Amino acid sequence: MKIMPCPLNGPRNISEFVCGGEVIPEPDPATADDGAWADYLFLHENAAGIVREWWFHVPTAYWFIAERDTRTDEILRAYPPPAPVAGPGDDGE
Amino acid sequence: MPFGLLKYGLLPRYPVRRQLPADRDLKPAYDVVIIGAGGHGLATAYYLARDWGITDVCVLDKGYLAGGNTARNTAIIRSNYLTPEGVRFYDESVRLFRTFSNDLGYNILYSERGHLTLAHTDAALRTMRWRAEVNKHMGVDSELVFLDDIARLCPPLNLSDDVRYPILGALYHAPGAIARHDAVAWAYAREAANRGVEIHQRTEVTGIRQSDGRVTGVETTRGPVAAGRVVQAVAGSSSLLAAMAGFRLPIRTIPLQACVSQPLKPFLDPIVVSGSLHVYVSQTPRGELVMGGTTDPYALYGTRSTLAFKETLMADLLELFPFLSEAKLLRQWAGMTDMTPDFAPVMGLTPLEDYFIDAGWGTWGFKATPVCGKRMAETVARGEVPDILEPFRLSRFRDFVQLGEKGAAAVGH
Repeated sequence: MKIMPCPLNGPRNISEFVCGGEVIPEPDPATADDGAWADYLFLHENAAGIVREWWFHVPTAYWFIAERDTRTDEILRAYPPPAPVAGPGDDGE
Repeated sequence: MPFGLLKYGLLPRYPVRRQLPADRDLKPAYDVVIIGAGGHGLATAYYLARDWGITDVCVLDKGYLAGGNTARNTAIIRSNYLTPEGVRFYDESVRLFRTFSNDLGYNILYSERGHLTLAHTDAALRTMRWRAEVNKHMGVDSELVFLDDIARLCPPLNLSDDVRYPILGALYHAPGAIARHDAVAWAYAREAANRGVEIHQRTEVTGIRQSDGRVTGVETTRGPVAAGRVVQAVAGSSSLLAAMAGFRLPIRTIPLQACVSQPLKPFLDPIVVSGSLHVYVSQTPRGELVMGGTTDPYALYGTRSTLAFKETLMADLLELFPFLSEAKLLRQWAGMTDMTPDFAPVMGLTPLEDYFIDAGWGTWGFKATPVCGKRMAETVARGEVPDILEPFRLSRFRDFVQLGEKGAAAVGH
């Protein structure tokens, strides 16, 4: 079984987690037009290589960021999101 | 070897016929370059040659002929979708499949079995009724059936209510069929090659040449090739190729796993699907059960197998057919699917002029092979998108007019 090194709960079974997708910067709501929102919502880099993704530990409702190689399915590291804590899609930086 | 046997082998009455011409050098330029020698790419090449007289066509593949998702799907053909746009499109495909073996002179073992999509909840029944009404309106044979009919159509199915999810009813689609998926690609390859199309395997595209917003050719591992028009049909790697062409797609590459059992005596005539149990299963002409479930839980460019897939699929399958607990798995595999947000494909024009896309085929691409080839060929030949493909345009995401096919395209919901 695949193990995710959760920053809050330690190594846990991957089936306890949900992947929240790529970490990408959210458009500025004050200036973004419809096209920018559409691209943000629907388009993906979908890279083959090392990617940064949002992950969610379901039993403890905890969001964090993991780096994973999408060619080998190897999880390289996982760490808490930078403050302030935000939901998927926010770059949190 | 007995002389009598050798005599037959040497008789001119039985000439050796190659299925495909021998490999040759790449030409420096073609009218059309198609990237991806799977079912869709080969079908596009075939219809370009047959319907439009465009034969200066080259099909490139980084691997071998039809070695991607054409060889990895569960070979189900149906048209009982949810949106009128989807039903119309897939229905044309079913009609092309019905006469495929005769049209191309190649037996694809097309077998109409009937297709049962089981409903285990009131919500699922409502979706089935909705689908049945849309289907009938579009002239597709599709109806809601209940336990007495299900028992008649599929006697081995466990209709007991002493299970987690008792069966309440089903959407029955009589034209639902299976076919030999490899043969579909081989037939298109042979008939396209007969008409002059070149197929180059083990030739990977490494770049897209463009000038002034227009495609001019491709870079490959065997050197550059100029092209008037280029089509990409590379399920699983669509985003990587689109990135070379300079645009992004509403696609995530997610593995879909499937498996087959050891051969069993024929007992399962219809194709049985359950959305709530995340299962679809059919029995091939040689007796193997072909089984699939939902896609993997996250994106991956790989085709590895997981125990979690087999555990959940088998637990669900045994609820439908408890007597299969003694059956053994024979083999298991995975394909990399192009998952879109609305569970509908992406076909037609792209931001790059003369560069056409056929992608976003998720877990529903095999059944569309003939119609996709025919209509993509029309798109490439005329340079404009036919009505039937228009709803699937890439720009629908920019316009917020998605197709909402999830209720009919997937089992993972």
